[in-house]
Amino acid sequence: MNDTILETKGLTKEFGGFSAVNDVALRVRRGTIHALIGPNGAGKTTCFNLLTKFLQPTSGTIRFQGRDITRRQPAEVARLGLVRSFQISAVFLNLTALENVRLALQRVRGGSFDFWRSEEILHVYDGRARALLDEVGLGDCADTPAVTLSYGRKRALEIATTLALEPEMMLLDEPTAGMTHADVDRVVALIRRVRRGRTILMVEHNLSVVEGLCDTITVLTRGRVLAEGDYATVSANPEVVTAYLGTADA
Amino acid sequence: MLGFTRAQAIGFVVMVAVIIIAPGVLYPVFLMKVLCFALFACAFNLLIGYVGLLSFGHAAYFGMGCYVAAWTAKNWGLSVELSILLGGLTGAGLGMVFGWLAIRRSGIYFAMITLALAQMVYFFCIQAPFTGGEDGIQQVPRPPLFGAVSLQSDMAMYWLVAGVFLLGFLLIHRIVHSPFGQVLKAIRENETRATSLGYRTDDYKWVAFVLSTFLAGIAGGTKALVFGIATLTDVHWTMHGEVVLMSLVGGLGTVFGPVVGALVLTAMENYLAEFGSWVTVTQGVIFVLCVVAFRRGLIGELGAALKLNL
Ligand SMILES: Nc1ncnc2c1ncn2[C@@H]1O[C@H](COP(=O)(O)OP(=O)(O)OP(=O)(O)O)[C@@H](O)[C@H]1O
Ligand SMILES: [Mg+2]
Repeated sequence: MNDTILETKGLTKEFGGFSAVNDVALRVRRGTIHALIGPNGAGKTTCFNLLTKFLQPTSGTIRFQGRDITRRQPAEVARLGLVRSFQISAVFLNLTALENVRLALQRVRGGSFDFWRSEEILHVYDGRARALLDEVGLGDCADTPAVTLSYGRKRALEIATTLALEPEMMLLDEPTAGMTHADVDRVVALIRRVRRGRTILMVEHNLSVVEGLCDTITVLTRGRVLAEGDYATVSANPEVVTAYLGTADA
Repeated sequence: MLGFTRAQAIGFVVMVAVIIIAPGVLYPVFLMKVLCFALFACAFNLLIGYVGLLSFGHAAYFGMGCYVAAWTAKNWGLSVELSILLGGLTGAGLGMVFGWLAIRRSGIYFAMITLALAQMVYFFCIQAPFTGGEDGIQQVPRPPLFGAVSLQSDMAMYWLVAGVFLLGFLLIHRIVHSPFGQVLKAIRENETRATSLGYRTDDYKWVAFVLSTFLAGIAGGTKALVFGIATLTDVHWTMHGEVVLMSLVGGLGTVFGPVVGALVLTAMENYLAEFGSWVTVTQGVIFVLCVVAFRRGLIGELGAALKLNL
């Protein structure tokens, strides 16, 4: 039991009669990398939104670390150590890379309401922020405004910011989407490095990434779980092959 | 210096110099009015310019600040600094409640709720006995500063008002450039991401709202003691309209824009007063010009032309 970090039961989200997520039971084991795959519109992002409370489920429950978080607020869930990234990269565009990461550090260590102090005191986070930027290969862009970074680098920055929170569990929504080969390899290597001591749930379309990285795979189609297991099991499942290839052809 | 950029530091020095020299050239009473409105506009700009919250009801905090400062100075004989402070605290107290009610909503709904609440304050002021109804609170004395320094002469009062304005201006600057201000910036850039990092964004907006209403109350209280009067015009929504116009003319989200806007509009009102309703027409024209041609306002356009953050 204790090796389950995140568990959903009967998770359902309806948008005006249409079930984007339908009766999903998901169990993520602590310390694993778990992939959520499925064709476009399968409900993967909606699932993420439900888990991180950006959407309220129509029915079902979510337990994280043994706690029922079904009725929590998104900021609270993040504070409990369940932190997400976004499908469309989410960085603070007009802040520098360093400032982006510092915002995460500042949240964890407190003092964020100090309106009477100078922002100079935020420099205490510079060392840690630079180390994190180095870790994702952005060491040379610390003082660059995020808006001018390439797409791949923005994603890396988003991951660095997420890592700064030292989350128990990270939810990554298509971390390699739209990246060049070199960038994909970098992100994969990065995920390998940062997985220690963490659990990762990721949405990923690139199956070779999934194969190389993930311990467990859940396949979602039309809001339902179609199959679950390791890569070999799932990829041998004829239903999965049809669902995947069927939509990919269309 | 104080987290100002070079250009802003120069701007600040110029502003202080103007404040020191101006009473030699212009009427101190006129200048005090400008400074009170400048502080009010800066407080409004803190919300719209740095948090992206469009309040429609700032007249309520300004006006209640006026009433409370006037009433306490007159009936309790409080010294000037205490009356002004109470005016500010009244603004902040109202802001705490109203902000709490409004901040759960965003965009136009936020604006409408702040307007509705401000209208309630206005009707309260018409009915409540302590405001003196249509007459307002008149002949408010100017008690000595700290109970010792006489403020009977307009010049003495002027230095006090200048001090209050500068303190308020610097406080806003500090807020914007504080750890808290950094979070506000993040919220304005990408609120969803800020939430996903664990920031309860509503709390930050609320604190910013309360700070803004505190300064609006301070501005109102100061104005009441300058003119020795607090009336219904101070809480009326048109008062809010003026401060919006000032911020817009000067430049939303700029450091000096609201100050320049307050100067321009107050000057227009004073020097065009003899033309009666032409003031309103001119204001309308300026408003349209700003929206159509000078979106960034005077200081905003100047800053853009010089590629500086003013
Ligand atoms: N807020 C919403 N209102 C109505 N329908 C929505 C909403 N969000 C998602 N949907 C619908 O729910 C379904 C699942 O969408 P979701 O974004 O979760 O898919 P996805 O698996 O992430 O797809 P992709 O691989 O394209 O990112 C889609 O049909 C989408 O149109
Ligand atoms: Mg998606």
